[in-house]
Amino acid sequence: MPNMNGMKIALIGSAIAALGVITAPLYVDLFQLMQLTVFAAMAILALSLGFIWGYGGILCFGQTSFFGLGAYAYAIAAINYGDSTPALVIAIIVPVIFAALLGYFMIYGGISDVYLGVITLTVSLILLNLVNSTAGDFYKIGNARLGGFNGIPGVPTINMPGDSSYILSPEQAWVLTGLALIAVYLGLRALIASTFGRIIIAIRENETRAALLGYDPRVYKLLTFMIGGAVAGFAGALYVNWGAFVSPTIFALGLSAQIIIWVIIGGRGTLIGPIIGCLLVQWMVTEIGAQQTLDANFILGAVLIGFVLLVPKGIAPTIRDLVASRLQRNKSATAIEDVKP
Amino acid sequence: MTPTPLLETRNLTVRFGGVTAVNTVNFSLKEQELRCLIGPNGAGKSTFFKLLTGQLPPTEGHVHLRGQDISGAMPHQISRLGVGIKTQVPNVFNAMTVEENLWIAARRNHLPKFSTDLAEKIMVQLRLTGIAKREVGQLSHGQRQWVEIGTVLAGEPDLILLDEPAAGMTHDEVERTAELILEINKKRALIVVEHDMQFIKMIAKTVTVLHQGAVLIEDDVRTVLQDKRVQDVYLGKGLAA
Repeated sequence: MPNMNGMKIALIGSAIAALGVITAPLYVDLFQLMQLTVFAAMAILALSLGFIWGYGGILCFGQTSFFGLGAYAYAIAAINYGDSTPALVIAIIVPVIFAALLGYFMIYGGISDVYLGVITLTVSLILLNLVNSTAGDFYKIGNARLGGFNGIPGVPTINMPGDSSYILSPEQAWVLTGLALIAVYLGLRALIASTFGRIIIAIRENETRAALLGYDPRVYKLLTFMIGGAVAGFAGALYVNWGAFVSPTIFALGLSAQIIIWVIIGGRGTLIGPIIGCLLVQWMVTEIGAQQTLDANFILGAVLIGFVLLVPKGIAPTIRDLVASRLQRNKSATAIEDVKP
Repeated sequence: MTPTPLLETRNLTVRFGGVTAVNTVNFSLKEQELRCLIGPNGAGKSTFFKLLTGQLPPTEGHVHLRGQDISGAMPHQISRLGVGIKTQVPNVFNAMTVEENLWIAARRNHLPKFSTDLAEKIMVQLRLTGIAKREVGQLSHGQRQWVEIGTVLAGEPDLILLDEPAAGMTHDEVERTAELILEINKKRALIVVEHDMQFIKMIAKTVTVLHQGAVLIEDDVRTVLQDKRVQDVYLGKGLAA
């Protein structure tokens, strides 16, 4: 039943993108490559919200909770194990467990959508304050000192699986992060095309109807929320890997808000939209940051207002609708010609 | 010994604050029975349906499905026991196509391939094949009702509740709906809530009349429609004459 045409386009597009990622180190200098790496990690974070909000209908204002937990879990595990491979797995497991607990109480407790947003936002701020106050020798997990507001410096970056002495070069880390973005995109794409995906969309469209047909909306919403947590945690691990550093500001309000802005600008109800929105906004912020006349947050706010007023659906859905209506017109034009004797 | 009824309510009651919307209703429905449920606005018909499908928990009393107590169960649990409902205001998946709506409903009990076939079969039965690829949100009220009836059928329930299936339909559509209900009734039990008396006459055998949340009378359709009390409450005193 799901539309296979779209999947084909996604696969071809991803193949081209993957080729671009792999060849990028040949014609992009190291500084820009590092920047692209952090953009790609953030784009995975954008995908996590794009998935749970756009398809699951869950507006989580605190997606940074899972991002930050993933980042800290990676840092702590990498320092203790001295190997990034188990750390990456832990960076996904920890946020998933947290999402399962938090999601269970919110979703099975019957909290309405608005309060879900408020609670998730509050949770991210609680985590911010909690981690902020862990300065001093007393707060450590294994060999890893949490460091409070100073954060954790010198986090071991990703190494080849099975060989912890072979640390990935920045170029290799870029290829890994870029391909990870494409893999997460395709994975979510396949998930949406599956029966599970159809059902969560159905629940987003009409929860009552879904329940009256025998689907338990709570189970599906909780699973969606957990998948979002897993993806955000993975993004967090890649983010730490980029800077070899993590601090509590990862939980801060600014980033929480930015993720939502990426998804709004890029377009809800698509997966490519959040990626586009994230890359565009980050590129813009970096460009504005390079000059001294205008404040980046000011411009960002203006752009957001502009989008909400003029392109309320976001970039990707608007383009899709334009193409669809163009195709429709062509089709009806030929239909009229067919009628001619 | 009488066989266990398909559906039975005992002293079913729900109160909202001071209002008793459904008042000690004792209702019984046999396997494969077709029952019409009528009553003026505010008689508690839709509320009664909400109690049967788990959308509302009863304040007092019980609902039994084939002898099993389902009072207070969640809607999805009751649905899995074989109860389907078309609600008064169509509850459909707006951003999805007609065939996807039916597919989702069928997929609950069947594998993907079989679900596609079942959806196809129901679309033919309901004459929805022409609009299979249309988004349900863009369809007319009448068409959306058909889609919702389609999703109910795709779930293959043993008991189907239809809340005003003929509302907002043209004369031809009403006739078609009546035919369809009789066709469905060959295999499944139905409870139909409707205001349109012409429509009731087309399909009804036994009619239950609700008034102010309680059962006023339950009898053969002719007896009920000629009953003086029914004419009074239904049409308002004076108009009945």
